[in-house]
Amino acid sequence: MTPTDTFLFEAESGNKDLESVGTPAVRIDGRDKISGAAQFVDDIDFGPGLLHAAVVESPHAYARIVSIDTSEAEKADGVVRVATGKDFPYKFGMYMEDRYIFAQDYVRFVGEQVAGVVARSHREAVRAAKLVKVEYEVLTPLLDPKAAVEDGAELIHPDLDEYTHVPWFFPKANTNIAHWRKIRKGDTEKAFAEADYVLEDTYTVPRYAHCAIEPHVTVSKLDFADRLTVWTASQSPHTQRHLFAEALAPLGFTHKDVRVITPYVGGGFGGKAGVSMEIIGAALATLVKGRPVKLRFTREQEFYNTYQRQGVVAELKVGVKSDGEITAVEHKLYWDAGAYVEYGANVVNAAGLSATGPYRVPNITNDSLCIYTNLPPGGPYRGFGYSEFHFGLESHMDRIAEAIGMDPVEFRRKNAIIEGDELAYGAAMNPSGMLEAIDRTAAAIDWGVEEESDNPNTVIGKGISLFWKAPAMPPNSSSASFLKFNEDGSINITVSGMELGQGYLTVMAQIAGEVLSVPVDKIRVETPDTDRNPYEWQTVASHVTWSSGLAVEKAAIEARAKIFDVIHQVYGYEDDSLYLEDEKVKCKTDPSFAKSLSEFVIDGIQTEDGTWRGGPIVASGKFMPEFTNANSDPETGQGGHPNVHYTVGATGVILEIDKETGRIWVRKAALAVDAGRAINPDLVKGQITGGLVQGLATVLYEDMRFDDDGKLLNPNFTDYKIPTAFDIPDEIIPIIVEVPQPDGPFGARGVGEHTMIGAAPVIANAVYNALGVRIKSMPITQEKVAMAILEQSGN
Amino acid sequence: MDLKIKINGEDWTLDVAPADTLLDVLRERVGTKSPKIGCERGDCGSCTVLIDGRSVRSCLVLAVEADGHEITTVEGISYDGLSALQTLFLENNSFQCGFCTPGIVLSATELLEQNPNPTRHDVQEALAGNLCRCTGYEPIIDAVLAAGDGGSE
Ligand code: FES
Ligand code: FES
Repeated sequence: MTPTDTFLFEAESGNKDLESVGTPAVRIDGRDKISGAAQFVDDIDFGPGLLHAAVVESPHAYARIVSIDTSEAEKADGVVRVATGKDFPYKFGMYMEDRYIFAQDYVRFVGEQVAGVVARSHREAVRAAKLVKVEYEVLTPLLDPKAAVEDGAELIHPDLDEYTHVPWFFPKANTNIAHWRKIRKGDTEKAFAEADYVLEDTYTVPRYAHCAIEPHVTVSKLDFADRLTVWTASQSPHTQRHLFAEALAPLGFTHKDVRVITPYVGGGFGGKAGVSMEIIGAALATLVKGRPVKLRFTREQEFYNTYQRQGVVAELKVGVKSDGEITAVEHKLYWDAGAYVEYGANVVNAAGLSATGPYRVPNITNDSLCIYTNLPPGGPYRGFGYSEFHFGLESHMDRIAEAIGMDPVEFRRKNAIIEGDELAYGAAMNPSGMLEAIDRTAAAIDWGVEEESDNPNTVIGKGISLFWKAPAMPPNSSSASFLKFNEDGSINITVSGMELGQGYLTVMAQIAGEVLSVPVDKIRVETPDTDRNPYEWQTVASHVTWSSGLAVEKAAIEARAKIFDVIHQVYGYEDDSLYLEDEKVKCKTDPSFAKSLSEFVIDGIQTEDGTWRGGPIVASGKFMPEFTNANSDPETGQGGHPNVHYTVGATGVILEIDKETGRIWVRKAALAVDAGRAINPDLVKGQITGGLVQGLATVLYEDMRFDDDGKLLNPNFTDYKIPTAFDIPDEIIPIIVEVPQPDGPFGARGVGEHTMIGAAPVIANAVYNALGVRIKSMPITQEKVAMAILEQSGN
Repeated sequence: MDLKIKINGEDWTLDVAPADTLLDVLRERVGTKSPKIGCERGDCGSCTVLIDGRSVRSCLVLAVEADGHEITTVEGISYDGLSALQTLFLENNSFQCGFCTPGIVLSATELLEQNPNPTRHDVQEALAGNLCRCTGYEPIIDAVLAAGDGGSE
């Protein structure tokens, strides 16, 4: 679909009120989830033949594998098969093939899979895994990204220059830099020299865990017809099928031999995108033909051997004129990308493209470095690099405003990027409601009104921060949909986006329902099966409302055209005189005409001579953003159009801090996001509340801690604290801004990730506002605040 | 070992191993899948069930300890259609991925049984053992408050 098609449709429907789009339709997955009916992968029964897998993991962050002895494990009770890297010397990877199914000669992080055991019961598999003897030559791990880029640092991947990767990555051979995204625009040196004020500082952000409550789980089965079926808790059924087919191609698999089925998934947040542990299960299944094999990660494994959010050291320099105009940004991001960067390197890329934040900046030097370390693989996490760099950037903006004597909201308003402004890579900014988002957020927290605490032991602070984010995806990422009518005029839609909880299935039904005048409760949209559902790249990047929504809209428009065609054939009305209302075809030129969809969408319509016209109404739609390309100059980042559009917004908080203990209570939080058009406003509010709380958790509570040997110290919910029902703001004010995205379905754009991006800096800014203390490393825990207060008072 | 329990109103006699948890037995032996495996160490609450009306984390309870008792899972309160609380969960979008939902519905059901008119603080306290990564809790608290008598604070 071209943007013009969408506009035509919009113009046409503009005459009547929207009935489905824009309403808080009840979720179509609601009853399943409330009643216990919803099936997750682990809930499916596979019968008595089900086998269980356990993984043998490296206890070292960096070591050479000297030998592996599986003989004891093979003899253990219940064991069916033991496999090691020798069985699968195959690489895989999302954007860069730098990973093996099982470690080959080296292990590069604590927890890396060295061998797999398949047994009749889970307990037997776990017991036997302990009997696999691995001899290691232990090497010194590199845990600090800055150290890993020093001259002479040990090379974690000496063969880096031979790795296959997407064309928009630029690895540096003979270094630990797997990708270096550069942006060079204007003349930053000159701009800094001419600036009235320049602020330079460093901010650090640690690693974080997704903590979906459902752990990763996969069941794989190779049947006797050589068909590989994988049931998986995943955001990415088609991408998984593609990566399984590619990685296992040496065993003779092609895409049609691999089937991925993804029932409901218990939270993703990026952690279930791409392929991580699922490939272990798929590979093991090939060794035990005819038997399904289940691999379910424990909560601990969930922490250390699925993707983690990467840490970053951000060196930021910003120059402004005395009137507050930003003239130059230099942002150097040193990412701790971990042992394998097959997915994480694209996080680094996305951040590098957008590290100016949502500001109009004429002179830019961005360097975003993807650095191998001996920590677990980094990867996608809600926010995709943006949460990380916004922490420093938005802290910096407040500091600059203060230094030049400007109100932080006014400073942001002055510099906020708006439609038509030039982006870092040269293309123009899309329409956005940034200024409205700033104003409404500021109003919601009574910005400018100083508040005093009634309690002499506490102080009150206010903060504001902006955010932006674009979907980060290959330029040809696409979505497709099939739509069919049933006898009673109800509809089945198949798509391959995932219902992660965001309400995707409901939104797709609302879009189709709007075009076809069919109520949402007569539309069934289910989770994918790659055999029958059409292609979707992945449910990531907050792009499915937009991209998959356009595919569904297109299918619905096609179905409508077929419906009108049947009416035209039988009754002679011109197609452009027909319209749909209340599940009926009606005619503008003949108000007496009305034909219910249920009367003909399967069986057709009988004509006067007794013959029939029509037949089952089926349709398809697809969408690919044909205006994007990732071909840019590696040295300047100029020339391409890598991002489809940006979603923007603002976050504001009022918090209260105990001056002695440093304890923080968020009294009120407001978040405005420009959804373009909220297809379902309640679901947008759900994203605001959930994302904001997840973001606040990264700044107030969470933080992965590693010891000096690279071992994760807190791989459980006791030591890695995620918020409980107590740990939320007293009040959350969701604000939906709607400046339409011209090429979005009914003007919609995605909001899922964005809602957590502004949370960390807004707390940093409000803490400063309350105490006059600037904390430049995340998280901002009670201890850290208490220490800062002590230091401030000179103790 | 012989285990006699009532699960959602139905009597069961099962031969279980001493180390089997109630969660294992419900999921693998009885086929009741609404209690979920989230951490297996008592931290997340996704395995919550009611034993004689009191919520427990079934991953921490040995199956034999439940001998002679009555277990309720969310299936057990859904036989005759949704409860008033479940309907309020639907209306308030008090779930996203739904993985925590069975456990949260049970914890909230227990609360409302014992305290039909809970305050926000009561609700937060009752749900503090059930982790939800998706919703930010706010819509869950709203639904439970609305289910209380008039939903007053
Ligand atoms: S699985 Fe029982 S508390 Fe987490
Ligand atoms: S709805 Fe996903 S964990 Fe609660």
